[in-house]
Amino acid sequence: MLQTEQLTINIGPQHPSAHGGLHVEAVLDGEMVTDAIVHLGYVHRSVEKIAENRTYAQYVPYTARLDYLATHLSVMGYVQAVEKLADIEVPERAEYIRVIMGELSRIASHQLCIGSMAIDIGATTGLLYCMRDRERIMDMFEMTSGQRLLSSYMCIGGIAEELPEEFFPAVHSFLQDLPSMIKEYEGLLFGNEILQARLKGIGKLSAQDALSYGVTGPNLRACGVNYDIRKIEPYGIYDRFDFKVPVGSNGDAWDRLMVRKEEIVQSGSIIQQALEQMPEGAVRSKVPRVLKPEKGREVYHRIEGAKGDLGYYIVSDGGEKPYRLHVRAPSFINLMVLPLISIGGLLQDIIVNIATLDPVLGEADR
Amino acid sequence: MNTMQTVMEDIQKTWGDQVEVLEDKYFDMIKVPAPILPELFQKLNREHGFNYLANLTAVDYKDRFELVYHIYSMPDNRKLAVKADLDHDNPAAPSAITIWPTADWQERELFDLMGIRFEGHPNLKRILLPDEFEGHPLRKDF
Amino acid sequence: MMQKIETIFVDLADWFIVLLQGWGIPLAWADAILLLVQFLGVVAIVLFNITILVWLERKVSGFIQERPGPNRLGPFGILQTIADALKLLTKEDIIPSKTDRWIFRTAPILFMTVSVMLYIVLPLGKDMQVVDLNVGLFFFISLGSLSTIAVLMGGWSSNNKWSLIGAMRSVAQMISYEIPLALSLMGVVMIAGSLRLSDIVAAQGNVWFIILQPIAFLTYFIAATAELNRGPFDMPEAEQELTAGAYTEYSGMRYALFFLAEYTNLVAVSALASTVFLGGWQGPGLPSWLWIIIKTWLVMFVFMWIKWTLPRIRMDHLMAFSWKVLIPVSLFNIVATGFGLYIFKGLGG
Repeated sequence: MLQTEQLTINIGPQHPSAHGGLHVEAVLDGEMVTDAIVHLGYVHRSVEKIAENRTYAQYVPYTARLDYLATHLSVMGYVQAVEKLADIEVPERAEYIRVIMGELSRIASHQLCIGSMAIDIGATTGLLYCMRDRERIMDMFEMTSGQRLLSSYMCIGGIAEELPEEFFPAVHSFLQDLPSMIKEYEGLLFGNEILQARLKGIGKLSAQDALSYGVTGPNLRACGVNYDIRKIEPYGIYDRFDFKVPVGSNGDAWDRLMVRKEEIVQSGSIIQQALEQMPEGAVRSKVPRVLKPEKGREVYHRIEGAKGDLGYYIVSDGGEKPYRLHVRAPSFINLMVLPLISIGGLLQDIIVNIATLDPVLGEADR
Repeated sequence: MNTMQTVMEDIQKTWGDQVEVLEDKYFDMIKVPAPILPELFQKLNREHGFNYLANLTAVDYKDRFELVYHIYSMPDNRKLAVKADLDHDNPAAPSAITIWPTADWQERELFDLMGIRFEGHPNLKRILLPDEFEGHPLRKDF
Repeated sequence: MMQKIETIFVDLADWFIVLLQGWGIPLAWADAILLLVQFLGVVAIVLFNITILVWLERKVSGFIQERPGPNRLGPFGILQTIADALKLLTKEDIIPSKTDRWIFRTAPILFMTVSVMLYIVLPLGKDMQVVDLNVGLFFFISLGSLSTIAVLMGGWSSNNKWSLIGAMRSVAQMISYEIPLALSLMGVVMIAGSLRLSDIVAAQGNVWFIILQPIAFLTYFIAATAELNRGPFDMPEAEQELTAGAYTEYSGMRYALFFLAEYTNLVAVSALASTVFLGGWQGPGLPSWLWIIIKTWLVMFVFMWIKWTLPRIRMDHLMAFSWKVLIPVSLFNIVATGFGLYIFKGLGG
């Protein structure tokens, strides 16, 4: 009998497909994965501790660095939580602009997810096509705040500044081109048989497992669970828009990707509606320079982030800084199922699973 | 279908004075002693459909730790916050991992950053910080 | 004039022989020296080809991906490859401490040597062949499979798990694709009745074998892509999974040798495709050596096009595809060709 040995290899933290600083210790039998252990913390900055030493307003840019691929959504969750905590009203127009920016962020994040999945399985051109389209969103962010990736455009009580003139033609032309972009991804990537063979049936997650492991966002919806916080527990003005929640059926890598593709379309429709409904008016309400929420109050506010259920838990002690701030990061929780869906598959499937779970390590490690 | 009211009544009937109902603008909130947490969670999960532990965290109040669970019921769209006070010198709580596996990493994170032990957790190791790190950064005295 | 251009290289060789004989060197020796010079000439042409090829690959990928590609050094960035080669040459030669040094050093050299030797039998024009072996095609295929050993040596000696997996994949892949590669060429050999490449070219005087053997061309093309470790079959490198597979620990000029050898193989395989299926150096108007270049470059462009469009196939799908699809199809092609030939003879053709 031939003696064989299991091989332990470390995927990451320095690896082309590590998506930041993810470290997966995979035990292989040949190319078959028999065990996978996720190690986190390579991008840990202890943002929760930092929060205790910054005022509420000073902390806004830190939240932008959590999910840096959908920064407006990260910031939106935080500012809305603080507004709930201190009972601050937000002007109508600012709410609409928040929705527009947030949904643009979601589109950018999903485009990058599709693109990075493409390059992770060797279709380099797919990444470039997605990046090219995401670039237009980045340009819009630059117009509004001067920052492309980490724009802390929203602030407590509204948004920092009125949208610039040139933003409107840019967003309109982007929405107009959105269907043709999707068509192009379909032609180049989703219609490809090799890609389908690599994604369909890979990394299957049952709805039961997804629920018990607290998986949220597109990953949960891919399992067939219709759970979108924008619909279930509408925050801001999300109850005013008419959109569908795309739901998958198999919970495999393919469905996770298809759900994201559909969400891009739905986000586009939300932006369109927001642009049509948007009233004139102020974009920022009067907020005291140093915010001091009542002592003993606390809030847990959650929004539908690009990666899932993004929650902020803030406790106030009446001072100008949060007494305790906790971020319920969807990437962190979603990564928990990576071993579950990878064991029994091939080494190449781990890469697909990481890419389609779409974790952002800035958020997972915090 | 269970309304939130019947849930609260059921809890109060079962544990009586041990359950303290707290006022909150957004959540139904209760505070219970740590030892009854597993039974409470069992009841919430099995009988009242609370299938989603969204958030598990803790606050250091210098004299005590306060565990906070934000629990949702996906089918009925209800939410409940459960709190439990822990001793500051030797913080320990029963693990919720058998009821909601999602507690796994969240408990490890609390152990790592806050220094709270979760009894019954199969793999209570540091998760974000290196294993040889000393201290627990989110404590107020760090 | 046309005639002059056509035979320019042949005339050059004749002149060289006469020159050597003029110096009092016996004919046998002169022939041997000429062989060496021809071989060096081929190597020089190949290397020159590759500098352009690497640049072109980047330009083509840039074109496909809607970006400019290299455009700084020289007109259209054509000097980029030279700059890269210089950079790689001047890099520190790092050999990790726990490698099997001897094998680690030999592997890239072996790979390069094997790749260059492929050109010996290729007819690069009318009467332009270093050696016209009577088993030319067989020689080409067997040498081509030797490169597997070089990759295995590199991956094994690196003492790196990624390299090892890359090398294992490479061996598995090359062995399973060697079979359909050889089998698909057999149909051509049956029609031409010879393994000698010049005979195969001559047999295509009237009609190219791509028309008589379209299935064989397809199976050859797919198997060759796998043999070359090019996308979508770039399993041994699989940058996004295995970092750089068998070449992970290689750096500087040793890495460049692997890199060059892969491109050398690409040119060779494309040249063989045009020799065996596309009528070789035959073509109207232009000199023969220009025709083979044009055909080779066309085939290479298709290789690039495929690489930059398709995602990578999974390892088990790859093996299944070879054993369950390519090999049966090429076997069927051989049978069909046999019947075809029999009927053709029966008709008195």
